[in-house]
Amino acid sequence: MQTLPTIWFVLIAVLWTGYLFLEGFDLGVGMLMKLFARNNTERRVLLNTVGPVWDGNEVWLITAGGAMFAAFPLWYASLFSALYIPLVFVLLGLIFRAVAFEYRGKVNTEQWRNRWDWAIALGSFVSAFGIGAALALTTTGLPLNANGDRVGGPFAWFSWYAVLGGFAVVGFSLVHAAAFLALKTDGDIRDRTQRLVTRWLPVGLLPLVVWVVLVTYRHGQVFSWLLVAVAAVAAVAAWRLARQGREGWSFLGLGVFLLTGSAALFGSVFPVVLPSTLNHDWDLTVSNASSSPYTLGLMSIVACVGIPLVLAYQGWTYWVFRKRVSSSHLPPTHDVLPAVGRV
Amino acid sequence: MEALDIARWQFGITTVYHFLMVPLTIGLGLLVALLQTLWHRTGKEEYLRMTKFWGKLFLINFIMGVATGLVQEFQFGMAWSEYSRFVGDVFGAPLAMESLLAFFIESTFLGLWIFGWKKLPARIHLACLWTAVVGSVVSAYFILVANSWMQHPVGVEIVNGRPRMVDAWAVFTNNTALVAFPHTLTGAVAVAGGFLLGISWYHLWRRRRDGIDTVDGQGRVLVGESATIPGRDKTDHAVWLRSLRIGAVVAMIAFAGTAITGDMQGKLMFEQQPMKMAAAEAACHDGTSFSVLSIGDPGSKNCSDVTAVIEVPGILSFLAHNDFTTDIKGVNTLVPEYQAKYGKTLPDNPIYGDRAGQEIQYVPVMAVTYWGFRMMIGFGGLAALAALVALVLVRRGTVPESKWLMRLAVFGILAPFGANAAGWIFTEMGRQPFVVAPNPQFTGIDQVFMFTAAAVSPGVSAGELIFSLVALGTVYAVLLVVEVKLLFRYVRGGVAAAMPELAHGAQGKKSNDGDHNGGASGGGAGDTDDVLAFAY
Repeated sequence: MQTLPTIWFVLIAVLWTGYLFLEGFDLGVGMLMKLFARNNTERRVLLNTVGPVWDGNEVWLITAGGAMFAAFPLWYASLFSALYIPLVFVLLGLIFRAVAFEYRGKVNTEQWRNRWDWAIALGSFVSAFGIGAALALTTTGLPLNANGDRVGGPFAWFSWYAVLGGFAVVGFSLVHAAAFLALKTDGDIRDRTQRLVTRWLPVGLLPLVVWVVLVTYRHGQVFSWLLVAVAAVAAVAAWRLARQGREGWSFLGLGVFLLTGSAALFGSVFPVVLPSTLNHDWDLTVSNASSSPYTLGLMSIVACVGIPLVLAYQGWTYWVFRKRVSSSHLPPTHDVLPAVGRV
Repeated sequence: MEALDIARWQFGITTVYHFLMVPLTIGLGLLVALLQTLWHRTGKEEYLRMTKFWGKLFLINFIMGVATGLVQEFQFGMAWSEYSRFVGDVFGAPLAMESLLAFFIESTFLGLWIFGWKKLPARIHLACLWTAVVGSVVSAYFILVANSWMQHPVGVEIVNGRPRMVDAWAVFTNNTALVAFPHTLTGAVAVAGGFLLGISWYHLWRRRRDGIDTVDGQGRVLVGESATIPGRDKTDHAVWLRSLRIGAVVAMIAFAGTAITGDMQGKLMFEQQPMKMAAAEAACHDGTSFSVLSIGDPGSKNCSDVTAVIEVPGILSFLAHNDFTTDIKGVNTLVPEYQAKYGKTLPDNPIYGDRAGQEIQYVPVMAVTYWGFRMMIGFGGLAALAALVALVLVRRGTVPESKWLMRLAVFGILAPFGANAAGWIFTEMGRQPFVVAPNPQFTGIDQVFMFTAAAVSPGVSAGELIFSLVALGTVYAVLLVVEVKLLFRYVRGGVAAAMPELAHGAQGKKSNDGDHNGGASGGGAGDTDDVLAFAY
């Protein structure tokens, strides 16, 4: 009877996980623009590794939001309105980041590039943190009344889970980005990002692990503990593989860690999609927050066609641009001089 | 100001702003794809240069549309949660489909196009651009399906006080959407046409002013070359002249398209939202006359303040019904009809807050609908007329020396943008006081409607909305300045700005980094080409 809403709950979990997996590394690469890269050449290498794909990655977020609206309008409405202020920051971060990617190389001065580098780094940090906070609060609850509206003012959503979730996504993104760069670059950057992974992986993943364990402890059943165990094994494996210099497998290990960790999170709270911290009778669940079976059925057909297609052509994109990028590949920067008025 | 008013201003500002970028993205994307196709077919250097130059401007603009589009999807839930809950069963579907079936394609294949120059086989590279462009067009369709449902709710029945989708076919073939789609597309293409026309005019004019091109006594154009400036050769003249002509022709065809589809849309609106059309005409009393000029208190929603100065009998009737004699209901007739159907006062429901029990203003702000309607048509028509004049003026192969004509051509770029914005402001403001408009006659399901006053997020405070309005407004203003400055820089840089290989060629040196073009065909592949075309 609740088959369709359950399928859509799983699909939305998949979309969010896909988003964190894909945009995770380009958000991280954005932050590493300031934390890691030493000069303009290195920053250009970093940018070009994600250049062809970051926009496609970001559409996973838009699709996750759109799918929530279509399949669980009450979840979408309550979550987005309750988290008004943090989502404004997420939007501002994403706006600056997107524009900076495109505009940074368009004027050949140090000052221009430096400003956009900050826009990329801070924009990536703020949006990663905000999305992490929002997802954490989705699993731990918000002060919602019977109508699903937030009570208690603009900052009533705040809890330490928000901070934990923020650091979880930021930390994961940084490690994931370092692993991605080790896989996608050559030469000095490759060596240094490899070391970054081996040195920082445990610290970077810790907040996410804590979040997953806490939520599983509060709600979880046996299967979620099993997922947590798999996630832990994957994290350790990713660490060891990185030490052995097996970048591809290590990156994959991080993916398995994210997938199982996120499955444990979403699985633990199921069938609740957004708990109310005031009264559990007001929790939004897969059954009381979902669209009609007709709409869900229609969307299921669309998803059956759409998602495999997306995976296919995005996969192809990664295949096309599979080669490693290094400083020696970069063409020189060029000035845009006015062609008019000079004779 | 109350939360509702701030939320409305925010939605209006962010949407109109977003829609400055969208039509240029759709229209210019189509034209760049066309130019690249011409290059593949003919192998002519000027088409490659046109593709590169207009493609660069396209990308500078595209990213702003992407960045501001995010705000659109988020703010339904953030600021309009009651609206999202009410319409979610039917409105969310086209939005989700837009991202899943259209925007994914657009973003991914555009990435392939940007970074795939010389990396992908030429045909596949071109196919990537076409795929991205088709994605943007399909995306427009889904968004218009969503918007049209707010104008003309179909395919639903009310269950527990909320519309529930029962007929997806009806929603996706909503006649309102089927006419809004070609109207929006042709409007977008008109923007791109004016853009090509204005910028090309500027370049041809600069070539004359800088003494590169001259006109002899018989009026023949002598095309010259600059010895020192990269890219200002004879091909450059062909680039601008051809771009100008393509732009002008496209602008005229697109305007004809907007006129035809706009007329169809108008006739539908007379049926679906008679009040919107009456307000568009400032028509207080029933009649057949089209107002050429009406004046009144600009903020007025009250008919007694409006005086018709010039009217043409029969035209309004023609716009609505294709004959000159059918009376069209005026505002004074419609208000009692609306009151009878949807109530005189807002219901005593906590959702309306202080507004509960207030009298409902069924007449939209007439100054906005009246002038919005006329600005849309006026700007659109002026741009098309200017395009015709431009074609005549450049028939000999260059533009006149007049500085004022050049300025007019450049400022003319703004007219189609103005027409697009005015059209949207008219259609959205004309729907008020409803966010989902009921359709009192003929079609639609009459009792599916929602007052805008009921749509705003109950839990979100005015302070939060002011914060976001100020934050987004400031960032948008700064980014608009940055975008326009960047566009100016790349326009002034000419083709060489988008093709650094031209500059290298002119200086007679080939970069050992492999940054050369490998010939006009673009088929050569250096070391770097195996990795990707570095765009950043």
